[in-house]
Amino acid sequence: MTSAPSPAAIRHRPLVRITHWLNAVFLVGMIASGLQIYTAYAHIGYHGATFNVPNPFDGSRAAIPESVRLGGWLAGGLRWHFTLAWPFVLTGLAYVLFLVFSGEWRALVFRPRDIPGAWQMTRYYLRLRKDHPPQGKHNPLQKSAYTFAIVLAALSIATGFAIAKPIQLAFLTSLFGGYEWARYWHFITVWTFTAFIVAHVIMVIVADPASLRAIITGRYRGRHTSHE
Amino acid sequence: MSEPPLLRPPAIIARREFLHIALPALPIALAACGWTGGKHLQPVFDRVIAANNTLGEGLLSVRHAQANPNQVARGDMPSYFISQGMPILRDPASWRLDVGGLVRKPTQFTAEMIAALPHISYTITHHCVEGWSVVKPWSGVPFATFAALVEPLPGAKYVQFDSFDDGYMNGWDMASAMHPQTILADAFEGKPITAAHGAPLRLYSPIKLGYKLTKYLTKVTFTDKKPGGYWEDQGYPWFGGL
Repeated sequence: MTSAPSPAAIRHRPLVRITHWLNAVFLVGMIASGLQIYTAYAHIGYHGATFNVPNPFDGSRAAIPESVRLGGWLAGGLRWHFTLAWPFVLTGLAYVLFLVFSGEWRALVFRPRDIPGAWQMTRYYLRLRKDHPPQGKHNPLQKSAYTFAIVLAALSIATGFAIAKPIQLAFLTSLFGGYEWARYWHFITVWTFTAFIVAHVIMVIVADPASLRAIITGRYRGRHTSHE
Repeated sequence: MSEPPLLRPPAIIARREFLHIALPALPIALAACGWTGGKHLQPVFDRVIAANNTLGEGLLSVRHAQANPNQVARGDMPSYFISQGMPILRDPASWRLDVGGLVRKPTQFTAEMIAALPHISYTITHHCVEGWSVVKPWSGVPFATFAALVEPLPGAKYVQFDSFDDGYMNGWDMASAMHPQTILADAFEGKPITAAHGAPLRLYSPIKLGYKLTKYLTKVTFTDKKPGGYWEDQGYPWFGGL
């Protein structure tokens, strides 16, 4: 750990910064247009039948407010959704390929050896430990969150294809338990992504605001200066 | 060990940087207006959706998958039409299906002629663009059987389906129309189809979304010009393939 401000070092390369912000916009657009599509039939399950899954957003109980929907009506939502889906997939793919070929995945992907460190970070956040455990570019809990976000994106894409092409890609649809289940899992990824975004933004502001500058300009002048 | 001092306190985030947080919220702000893209984005949507249609056709030609024809019936099939009241034939005996366009042998089919043609039956999942599904049994004559009878000309690339439901119509690509499970259905749930579901004859297929499945059929036209569609012209994807 450092006690004096260190000179700014390059933390995020341009491709990481560009794909991060593009995907932030695309993802929010995907969620908002997806909620518009969901509103056309705000119910999971066969038409006129119940499907026993927990859904606090079932039409009869709670509607999705118009203020968070994109597209105005079903066709408008579909056009946004099916247009943004490709840039969302492509920027995500570009980011993942960059991680793989640059070797930067090593600083980001959560691996079994990160488990003890994750426990120490959890203790630190719960104030059971006073000093911040030493860390590299990301602490083990960050690694778990960012790894989870990539898995979640893959899941949202796979379930999306499963409900868009349940006949031609039937193997994918059945992988998720059939059309109704695939639609449910797709819906779950929306809420999980929403929770991730909220937690991510809060943590940036509360835990390491310098990381915000790093993801915009690439330069980091915070307290966790290792660029492993 | 005490916390190292932060270079800048958390509360002070440069305005420019704060804008970068606000930027992803832009679609939400636009959503509040029900923004459908405006005149600059609409053409972009048109191009991407057209590419999606082409991809859908490509996927169909590569996979050429069929739906499992023996599923367990589930859910309720809602009745849907665009006319003020349910479209009902005043004189069912005079109804004809006019099959023509770019064909060698244009033919007018009576209900009796259609009833005499070989039928197929299946219990398959119906997918509505709204997101719901039902599993129901249908029976009818494969579209390919009609095509074999009227003999389309080589120039025929699309099929237009017209109805007596206040102008409701659809255009299909030939590959989807010729899919072995695409039928002109005259029976639903083991009984002759009722007016609620498109009597006397409706288009049906497990490989298309419900809005592509024209009910209350009057006319089938083979054509070289891509036909529009009632909902497709208002923004629903033209291909609508599953």
